[in-house]
Amino acid sequence: MSRDDEPRGAMVLTALVALGLHLLPLPDAVVMFRPAFVALCVVYWSLNRPRAGGIGLGFLTGLALDVFKGAVLGQYALATSLIAYVTIRQHLLLRNKPQLQQMMFVAVMLLLWEVVVWAIDGWTGQVSMGLGRWLPVLTGTLSWLLIAPALGRTHYAR
Amino acid sequence: MAAFATGATRSLPQRGPAAGLRFFLYALIAVTLMVLDQRGGWLERVRYGLQAAAYPLQLAMNSPSAAWNWTRRTFEERGALQSENARLREANRVLQIANLRQAALEQENAQLRGLRERLPAVASRWLPGEVIGTESTTLRQRITVDRGATNGIYKGQAVVANGGLLGQTLRVGPWSTEVILVTDPEHAVPVQVTRNGLRTLAVGSGDSDTLSLPYLPIQSDIREGDLLVTSGLGGVFPQGYPVARVVQVRRDGSSPLAQVRAIPLAAMERDRIVAFVWFDAAHPAAPAPPPTAPAGGNAAVQPMTAAAPPPPVPIPSAPQPSRPVANPSTGAATVVAAPEAASPGRSGGTAGSTGSTTRTDEAPASVAADGGAAPPAAVAAGSAVPSTTTGEPPAQAPSPAPAAASTPASAAPAARAAAPSSQETAR
Repeated sequence: MSRDDEPRGAMVLTALVALGLHLLPLPDAVVMFRPAFVALCVVYWSLNRPRAGGIGLGFLTGLALDVFKGAVLGQYALATSLIAYVTIRQHLLLRNKPQLQQMMFVAVMLLLWEVVVWAIDGWTGQVSMGLGRWLPVLTGTLSWLLIAPALGRTHYAR
Repeated sequence: MAAFATGATRSLPQRGPAAGLRFFLYALIAVTLMVLDQRGGWLERVRYGLQAAAYPLQLAMNSPSAAWNWTRRTFEERGALQSENARLREANRVLQIANLRQAALEQENAQLRGLRERLPAVASRWLPGEVIGTESTTLRQRITVDRGATNGIYKGQAVVANGGLLGQTLRVGPWSTEVILVTDPEHAVPVQVTRNGLRTLAVGSGDSDTLSLPYLPIQSDIREGDLLVTSGLGGVFPQGYPVARVVQVRRDGSSPLAQVRAIPLAAMERDRIVAFVWFDAAHPAAPAPPPTAPAGGNAAVQPMTAAAPPPPVPIPSAPQPSRPVANPSTGAATVVAAPEAASPGRSGGTAGSTGSTTRTDEAPASVAADGGAAPPAAVAAGSAVPSTTTGEPPAQAPSPAPAAASTPASAAPAARAAAPSSQETAR
């Protein structure tokens, strides 16, 4: 159990910032493009620091998202810890791949995240067929180009 | 670890439980939470705590815009302030005049009812709050407001905004409250057309400027431009608050129901200040209290939640219509007859008979809440019984409408709208 080396402070801080970005009031026209910052943050840490507790981070941030969004408790928690788990399982394959391939993986993770959320929405009786909810997958994937280097600075620069 | 070491080269087993096991545990917790939250509603306490924990972050994220507003106010020009002041004075004058007229009308109304003194306003207390978070998707139309249980907010409380009814409180935290807007697809408001007293449910559409009225038969008397106000049924909203204005009525032969669209009057997306309202429960126009006493509720607010069992409501055993078409000859006629017979005994009454009113009102709500698919007549009875007691002219009652709100499909949303506080308010 070597926990001392992990950038836990940075993880918690970036997770809080990501949660804050979910809460940031945005105009209606933009709000549907808001990327899933929490998912991106959790995927980043799971990919780059697979032993720093990405699943737990995913669970807790997801739970916070449940509270913010008024969702059924556990919905986002499950989705976020799931993508953390999948990312941790795959991190060895992905770490040294070029950024484009990482982005494709991130896109799949974001899609998985939205699918889980969507499925649980359906299970709790809120059926939505709108295409709008899949837009954040696209914007999230593109924003990986900015978010990955930004998060990298928080721990590589030490 | 050195700056360039990645950490990925170490093998996983060094570090306690494997990722798979940990994910399994977390997933188990998440699923358990979901089931408990969805089925039992046992997590009120947990939510309460979590909402408390979330409040600082919500407040922090709202602070830039709040700071901007504050700065703008601080440095506002003297001229702008003066003109605003003049405008407000003017508005105040208009309101005062309107209020004079209202006072006279209430006096007249009280005389007509045979009450000795004028009734006070139905809203006994107001508390403004600021919106600190919004969730506006097709599935959820919610806002978070910076007032909570410490301010006496309780679950299932009416929230109004500039212009009209905004919604009701859904989850109350210690310092913040989640409000479900009338446009949320899970929300339904019992409404009434002011022009003719036609009652129905206005259901949220998930779109912040649309309400739909899905339970109106094509022959019902509704037009574009009709004003919809709360009907006072359902136990949350008092009678007579403006909700929406009808903008589109479509009747095509393919469906027995009209497709009616209305625009909510409250400025859903723009208002930063909303108001929580407490009602004087003894007032005839007050909403009937929910079936179970909200333990956390303000005792002064809901004194009428007596433990006495509801008296038998004159529920006509109307045939359950397989198609949701109003049948004035069976259901409505019987229902309307009931309160008329009861009214002479009531007219001179004060608190006691008002109590009976609330209890009669309570019955259909509990039926709807328990049964889920309550017999439509129960809802219709609920609609009609309090109608003579809640300040509507009796002439409204015989309109061919009351059965309209009583389609089988409407029972579920009615239950949702009517009895949101059957779970105890966490406090």
